[in-house]
Amino acid sequence: MLKDKSAIAVSSLVKRFDDIVAVDDVTFRVRSGELFGFLGPNGAGKTTTINMLTGLACPDSGMIQICDIDCTNRPRAAQHLIGVVPDESNLYPELTGFENLCFCAALYGIGKPQRRDRAGKLLDTFDLSKAANRRFGGYSRGMKRKLTIAAGIIHKPEILFLDEPTTGIDVASARQLRQIIADLNHAGTTIFLTTHYIEEAERLCDRIAFIVSGRIVRIDTVANLIQPIQAKHVALFSFANAVNDIKDRLIDTFPGLDFSLPGPCMIRAEADESIRVGLLVRYLEDQGAEVKEARRIQPSLEDIFVQITGIEADAMRREKEKPGGGR
Amino acid sequence: MRSWIAFWNILLKDMRTYYLKPPNISWGLVFPLAWTGMFFIKSGSGMGSIPTLLPGVVAVSILFGTTSMLSVTVTFEKKQRSFERLLLAPVPLELLMLAKTSGAILFGSANAFVPVAMAAFLIDLSGVAWETFVPAVFLIAVASTFLGLFIAVAVKEVFEAQTFSNFFRFPMIFLCGLFFPIENLPVFLKPFSYVLPLTYGADILHGAVHGHYAMPFTLSFSLLGIFCIGLFMLSLHNIKKRWII
Ligand SMILES: Nc1ncnc2c1ncn2[C@@H]1O[C@H](COP(=O)(O)OP(=O)(O)OP(=O)(O)O)[C@@H](O)[C@H]1O
Ligand SMILES: [Mg+2]
Repeated sequence: MLKDKSAIAVSSLVKRFDDIVAVDDVTFRVRSGELFGFLGPNGAGKTTTINMLTGLACPDSGMIQICDIDCTNRPRAAQHLIGVVPDESNLYPELTGFENLCFCAALYGIGKPQRRDRAGKLLDTFDLSKAANRRFGGYSRGMKRKLTIAAGIIHKPEILFLDEPTTGIDVASARQLRQIIADLNHAGTTIFLTTHYIEEAERLCDRIAFIVSGRIVRIDTVANLIQPIQAKHVALFSFANAVNDIKDRLIDTFPGLDFSLPGPCMIRAEADESIRVGLLVRYLEDQGAEVKEARRIQPSLEDIFVQITGIEADAMRREKEKPGGGR
Repeated sequence: MRSWIAFWNILLKDMRTYYLKPPNISWGLVFPLAWTGMFFIKSGSGMGSIPTLLPGVVAVSILFGTTSMLSVTVTFEKKQRSFERLLLAPVPLELLMLAKTSGAILFGSANAFVPVAMAAFLIDLSGVAWETFVPAVFLIAVASTFLGLFIAVAVKEVFEAQTFSNFFRFPMIFLCGLFFPIENLPVFLKPFSYVLPLTYGADILHGAVHGHYAMPFTLSFSLLGIFCIGLFMLSLHNIKKRWII
């Protein structure tokens, strides 16, 4: 894998919709063979960025280069090199799964025997062989996602864009999709993935960009992002009652610890040395808090995300899972 | 070569999923039949009026057949986002839109021959100049398909496309000399006739069926051709501007 060659190079990209700046001066580079993640909440500008990179939208300013092809003024110039899996399945409901795949392959000029062969194999890979001859419109949500991904890779693109591939599908299907994505990447496909699942980004991606309100606030490898908090000790307490008012007393009593409130019935403690959880529980109970659970946790990318963006990961997840939340 | 595989498969898919579906075939048959029947009976002047009515009925069949299909194959697919798939394909936009419209052009041309077949049962059509009639039918189909494309690209909803098409279609029936000669129109309406492509198509059809051309038919053919190119370019421009935002 040539990880030093640029697959995608973007600089100072800007996109406005009337008075909304959807993408605001975004600069990044994705190396060939890399699995690059775009992590951000609703309306951060993830889809708008993908649209500009794939030829569905024109940037207002900035530069886009895909595999050394300058796409700034010719947004469709590199489309033969890319595959796109949009955030919503956009295949033809009246065609069967097999017909949809063959049609998508035909759009890339692939001949009939090869189309049928690849479509059959992909249906196998995605466990959809049994549904091959059923109309796409009758597929379940997870099946639709899988077929949409299959349609995005049937022409063996060098770069694959995946817009929130696992949103709204069950845990088992999501795990299977992540495995398929990892396998594709190992086989050499460069992958640009957007997600709002922090764990997904952490598990899959080589590098991650945090994007908030159209701006990239941080780009780095997962290891580098986590490194500053790796040595930290964290404990999480949850309560049966609200504990908002205890925080100040805790800070006074335990000056070596940092406290935060991830929720109204939760306290998070962070320190450079090991935390004496039992001592804290006794103190909290003396203060009238009903402790439900106390545990030490491994600091994760989530902590860094919250620290850098100020956005609670839980809130982002819930927002997304509301019906219509992810659009 | 690769682009042509895409072209052919887009056409084939549209044929299978839209044009050859029973409701559309029956619409393609019933609609021209209804127009034909209505005018043949209403005119009340017997078989003798058929040659003067036939060109108008043919043109109306093409116009309605083509424009109503584009709102489905383009506006509907845009709305349900499958059109994005086509925009993501490495196929020149011109070829893509030709593929998307060629089904409607064929459908419109086929519609045109429903009233012709009916008339053939009733009168002798051996005097018709087919060598001008057939190309004219094709060009009218192209022009009205591209008019449909222009409308389909300009709107967001399917019902808007239908309403907007009627805004063009119904005046065209009266202004284009399909059923009454343009000379009989009030003076202030005549300029409108001459900016509508169907005027020139209808004139060629009239000439081909009963020999009365109002304009030299080479001029009509050229103008019809210019309308086709103009409408297509305008639609492409709008797609680039409005869809690749
Ligand atoms: N076609 C459009 N017209 C007007 N505003 C738009 C358009 N597309 C996106 N926006 C705005 O641009 C901003 C970024 O939207 P975008 O869809 O890129 O966000 P996202 O990160 O993909 O969000 P989500 O996680 O909900 O998919 C939002 O404020 C959105 O309302
Ligand atoms: Mg999005």
